[in-house]
Amino acid sequence: ISVDALKPSDTFPRRHNSATPDEQAQMANYCGFDNLNTLIDSTVPKSIRLDSMKFSGIFDEGLTESQMIEHMSDLASKNKVFKSFIGMGYYNTHVPPVILRNIMENPAWYTQYTPYQAEISQGRLESLLNYQTVITDLTGLPMSNASLLDEGTAAAEAMAMCNNILKGKKKTFVIASNCHPQTIDVCKTRADGFDLKVVTVDIKDVDYSSGDVCGVLVQYPGTEGEVLDYGEFVKNAHANGVKVVMATDLLALTMLKPPGEFGADIVVGSGQRFGVPMGYGGPHAAFLATSQEYKRMMPGRIIGVSVDSSGKQALRMAMQTREQHIRRDKATSNICTAQALLANMTAMYAVYHGPEGLKSIAQRVHGLAGVFALGLKKLGTAQVQDLPFFDTVKVTCSDATAIFDVAAKKEINLRLVDSNTITVAFDETTTLDDVDKLFEVFASGKPVQFTAESLAPEFNNAIPSSLTRESPYLTHPIFNMYHTEHELLRYIHKLQNKDLSLCHSMIPLGSCTMKLNATTEMMPVTWPSFTNMHPFAPVEQAQGYQEMFTNLGELLCTITGFDSFSLQPNAGAAGEYAGLMVIRAYHMSRGDHHRNVCIIPVSAHGTNPASAAMCGMKIVAVGTDAKGNINIEELRNAAEANKDNLAALMVTYPSTHGVYEEGIDEICNIIHENGGQVYMDGANMNAQVGLTSPGFIGADVCHLNLHKTFCIPHGGGGPGMGPIGVKQHLAPFLPSHPVIPTGGIPEPEQTSPLGTISAAPWGSALILPISYTYIAMMGSGGLTDASKIAILNANYMAKRLESHYPVLFRGVNGTVAHEFIIDLRGFKNTAGIEPEDVAKRLMDYGFHGPTMSWPVPGTLMIEPTESESKAELDRFCDALISIREEISQIEKGNADPNNNVLKGAPHPPSLLMADTWKKPYSREYAAFPAPWLRSSKFWPTTGRVDNVYGDRNLVCTLQPANEEQAAAAVSA
Amino acid sequence: SSVLEGLKYANSHEWVKHEGSVATIGITDHAQDHLGEVVFVELPEANSSVSKEKSFGAVESVKATSEILSPISGEVIEVNTKLTESPGLINSSPYEDGWMIKVKPSSPAELEALMGPKEYTKFCEEEDAAH
Repeated sequence: ISVDALKPSDTFPRRHNSATPDEQAQMANYCGFDNLNTLIDSTVPKSIRLDSMKFSGIFDEGLTESQMIEHMSDLASKNKVFKSFIGMGYYNTHVPPVILRNIMENPAWYTQYTPYQAEISQGRLESLLNYQTVITDLTGLPMSNASLLDEGTAAAEAMAMCNNILKGKKKTFVIASNCHPQTIDVCKTRADGFDLKVVTVDIKDVDYSSGDVCGVLVQYPGTEGEVLDYGEFVKNAHANGVKVVMATDLLALTMLKPPGEFGADIVVGSGQRFGVPMGYGGPHAAFLATSQEYKRMMPGRIIGVSVDSSGKQALRMAMQTREQHIRRDKATSNICTAQALLANMTAMYAVYHGPEGLKSIAQRVHGLAGVFALGLKKLGTAQVQDLPFFDTVKVTCSDATAIFDVAAKKEINLRLVDSNTITVAFDETTTLDDVDKLFEVFASGKPVQFTAESLAPEFNNAIPSSLTRESPYLTHPIFNMYHTEHELLRYIHKLQNKDLSLCHSMIPLGSCTMKLNATTEMMPVTWPSFTNMHPFAPVEQAQGYQEMFTNLGELLCTITGFDSFSLQPNAGAAGEYAGLMVIRAYHMSRGDHHRNVCIIPVSAHGTNPASAAMCGMKIVAVGTDAKGNINIEELRNAAEANKDNLAALMVTYPSTHGVYEEGIDEICNIIHENGGQVYMDGANMNAQVGLTSPGFIGADVCHLNLHKTFCIPHGGGGPGMGPIGVKQHLAPFLPSHPVIPTGGIPEPEQTSPLGTISAAPWGSALILPISYTYIAMMGSGGLTDASKIAILNANYMAKRLESHYPVLFRGVNGTVAHEFIIDLRGFKNTAGIEPEDVAKRLMDYGFHGPTMSWPVPGTLMIEPTESESKAELDRFCDALISIREEISQIEKGNADPNNNVLKGAPHPPSLLMADTWKKPYSREYAAFPAPWLRSSKFWPTTGRVDNVYGDRNLVCTLQPANEEQAAAAVSA
Repeated sequence: SSVLEGLKYANSHEWVKHEGSVATIGITDHAQDHLGEVVFVELPEANSSVSKEKSFGAVESVKATSEILSPISGEVIEVNTKLTESPGLINSSPYEDGWMIKVKPSSPAELEALMGPKEYTKFCEEEDAAH
């Protein structure tokens, strides 16, 4: 037997890259090329082509799946999980196992896309509506979005809202010093670009006399635990025309008077402790709630109630035109994702425990904190702050560091505020034994004459009656009927069955790279050594994480041709913003304060101008030529005209039109010659890995969407990760963190950080193992093949479809990149058909539509990725070709332009099985237009959802049950 | 789409009807047709001022959100509050019930620079052909 035959057989690339060598040759031939390599050579411009990519050490060849698990187990063992009492917005929680296994570890929940196609997304839309209801009920404000990235950025978004509400006329934002330090720093950094001044003061010293204050941010309970009565504070702010933002805690709000009842204008916070692990910083779902008055200024996605084509209640995303793909630099924010998976976990936690269950958890946490405070008073070794508290006890003592060290020896992490101050934050996982251990820590060697149990009867409640919650919450039946595991299990599956995910079929969304999220990549994400780390735990306890960050940073540098990476930005848009802020800091460090012009092609994704606007940059748009390429002469003119003030160019490569533009190196040169920096949008990195790189092409900074190219699943609308890579000269400016200082990986020689981008030092660290294991298992060869096969798959599909639909934009040799656009504009005149009709009809064939009307209105953009098999590509092409035939039936006059199988799509069972059927086509053809549907059919659960109705009658929370029944009765 | 006699038109697709000291402003039939069904209208406050070619509000449909530019400068004396409850009036009656603001013009000469019905009709045809 050969030695090769005895090597491990569980290699990974062949599981990820679907096309076999035979298929590759066959598909390349079909496209008119001898083999895959000649197709690639004709597609990627020679001037930017890399010879090869090589990783150092064990990673170049790629680990097998079992070797990878072993490697990750080794890293996990280097994380020392101490019992955390650090608090500061991150708390231990018991993730209910039924939620852990059936949502967090379930591809039917983590592989869906954002619910733009509402008819095949009703499950998570319902769950996200539950989330919004949890937030509105607990905060006491009527409007909530469907989650934001983290508490710090949510506060920064609220700050921007205050600025917008006052139309930019008042330029000071006050932050009370009782906010978490990371919240303060994220707001300070963000304020820079808005030209806002942030003043941080003690709550007692807040002063609006300048008349220039747009908003004030306070925390409730405060970062050191105190629970203050903000009644007078809010009145005073409002009397001065100042908007009040309150950062708060969901668990505390089950016991405390809600911020809405104080009159707060905007409420933000994190839903993490509702059943989402700390994960060394994220991902978690943050929230933002506000009044009806400001709902149209709210950033992020909002789920709303509407009706479908048969008048039945149906859900969909509301007010979407506020988003950046429409409003660009005038958007409310650059945020274009949510934390859907985590918001769903948070919502399910509330569904599982219900109002009474949540309240008993809160009372337990409060009781343990209270017993601890009582014990400390009895010990007499330290003073306990004499203010009302919920879960965090502030302790003053002569030598806080000594106590901190004693605790660490018992594997307990406390928060060391200063040399005399410690805070101790309790949570759902704290036990009576833990409190006894804490007594020992604080007794400084003295014998403790009591136990937590013996003190319990003496503690009553530390919350004054004036701050005790009286209003009910979570009264909707959904929060009161799924409290047993069987019931919740079935509810979770009932919802998941309504949603199309990668478990069903390919999701060929252009610019979204919906590739395989392999099981081995996902496994470490729920290992306790990774999930239970507090982001502010001492770094030496997190050596497994740190080793992974170092390795990942180096691998990403090799892939991108950069010198240093920041893992902090926790979404693509956050990466864009961070990258531009790095450029801004660089110019400032050179005294070029005036460099504020950002050139952005009109074909750029709308987040580009939205992010540039957030950095205070002035946007100069440049056009594209007839072939969809950036107009180089126009760009040169724009750069030269602005050469004194040029800050940056933002460019996507391959272009958003799915083409490798030949002139990209020249474009980079023009910008550099005129004093600007090149920002590359990494959305299309999947077409670059191993073939070329942003650094090689000439970019200075680039963000990577780890949830696109590097396998983090889309989670039904988040989480994502948007780390940025930079050339050496920009590395000193990478973001840091006020609690755990951080910076570029590898570390640059000098640092001069731009500030803080995310609440956690390494963003959503818990999902980094996904990208890390992907890269490590693929090796340099597997990754390069992935790019090649992604390009092959796109070209194969374009070839199959080109005789049925016009293919817009191709490179010089007639090939497309890893995605392509088919043009449907002609059908509006010939058949009255629009892209939406095709996307909805695809649902009847069991598919999620491609990206609609972006970047060109009236078109579909298709991105297959490398991990779809030829059989699946063919099935999708067959569906589109069959739909083309349906369109031609309208064109020929055989079908009614207003009443046909496309306009009627999608066809849910309720419509097909109704006693009456008046459509001019058969039910059977509506439901089974292709042979594969006979053996397995994914059923849309509603007819086409009416967007106009929902946006005119905006309802963004669960409706009382009787109204729902009434609505159902009317439509019946 | 219809273009009315007696109105003046801006190239950003607003119309002005000048009667005595009052000018009524709205968006044209052509504009509402391109926007699709309007779901929300943002209007200025009465007594605020508007400037020629500067945004005074926004119209939101399910397809797009568009800034509305004022064809003339002046003081807002009345806003159509019915649009708050019934934004669809802009689609059903762009020149009558769907009016947006009434303005006291500060420099009536600005009206002269606007297009007349024939000119605007031609402008729309050319713009559609270019897209």
